[in-house]
Amino acid sequence: MPSTCTYSVEVRITPRKGILDPEGETIARALDNLGYEGVGAVRAGRLLRIEVDAASEDDARRSVENMCEELIANPVIEEYEVLVAQGATAP
Amino acid sequence: MTMKVGIVRFPGSNCDMDVARAVTEGLGEEAEFLWHKSHDLQESDVVVLPGGFSYGDYLRAGAIARFSPIMREVLAFARGGGLTLGICNGFQVLCEAGLLPGALVRNRALRFRCHPVGLRVENAETPFTTAYEPGRRIEITIAHGEGQYVADDATLDRLETERRVVFRYVDEAGEPTDRANPNGSARNIAGIMNDAGNVLGLMPHPERHALEALGETDGLGVFQSLLEAVERRRVGSRNGTSPFDSSTPPIGVYT
Repeated sequence: MPSTCTYSVEVRITPRKGILDPEGETIARALDNLGYEGVGAVRAGRLLRIEVDAASEDDARRSVENMCEELIANPVIEEYEVLVAQGATAP
Repeated sequence: MTMKVGIVRFPGSNCDMDVARAVTEGLGEEAEFLWHKSHDLQESDVVVLPGGFSYGDYLRAGAIARFSPIMREVLAFARGGGLTLGICNGFQVLCEAGLLPGALVRNRALRFRCHPVGLRVENAETPFTTAYEPGRRIEITIAHGEGQYVADDATLDRLETERRVVFRYVDEAGEPTDRANPNGSARNIAGIMNDAGNVLGLMPHPERHALEALGETDGLGVFQSLLEAVERRRVGSRNGTSPFDSSTPPIGVYT
């Protein structure tokens, strides 16, 4: 039996390029109204932290990438990034 | 009775009763509720995914409902040519399930919008719209926060060419202006169908405008059309001919 380890995996989901992001645009306007200078584009997304028991970092990543493809992200409108760290704390 | 309409109930569905009353009181036909955990469509002629906030709209609207147990049967029914209607949250579920192309995202203005909108019947030769005059303008209520229809240009062009844009948001003059677009949907699209022509998704709520008692019956035509389609299929199968007549697109396999 290969020993497994707990990985903390972070998934960052953002609207795909070319998809309107009204939430991000609204936040950008609000920052501008508050007087913050130099604020460019703002994209608003979603962050998930998932604890995964896996034999290796690669296995943990593959497993979460499968989750993203099937449920967590909608490829029509979203893109995602998967970051893996060992131990049950966030990367 | 001619038609049995199965209405799927997910946790958080809240327009299921309205659909049932449109079918039973509006048409005098039969409605059956289908619990999301069951695997039985109860021999329904039509399956409706009603509006609401299935699973609290967690993750994305419709994303979790898509994996409900009953969706296995709904997908098989729809892929086999069964008449399937998704209203509001039901439209979102159909897109998430891949039965319809594109997706529905947050309204452009970020507000939940609940008011009547003008719609133009763009294609009156579908199982969902034969009761309407082609090009007719109707008024139906929307009630959604995530109803902005998006798809890539190639998909949008294909939808237009194949006349699969069934309803479009229009102003008082019947024109699809930007002002008439309540949520920023691409090309003012309010409702689309699959390429086989047996699955329709739309954001507005025809079931809320199906009874005289509620003052408006512009939405009853959708259910009336479904009844006509079911009748045509019955006659077709009795005569041993195709269940579709010339006004209904042939069954294809959705890819």
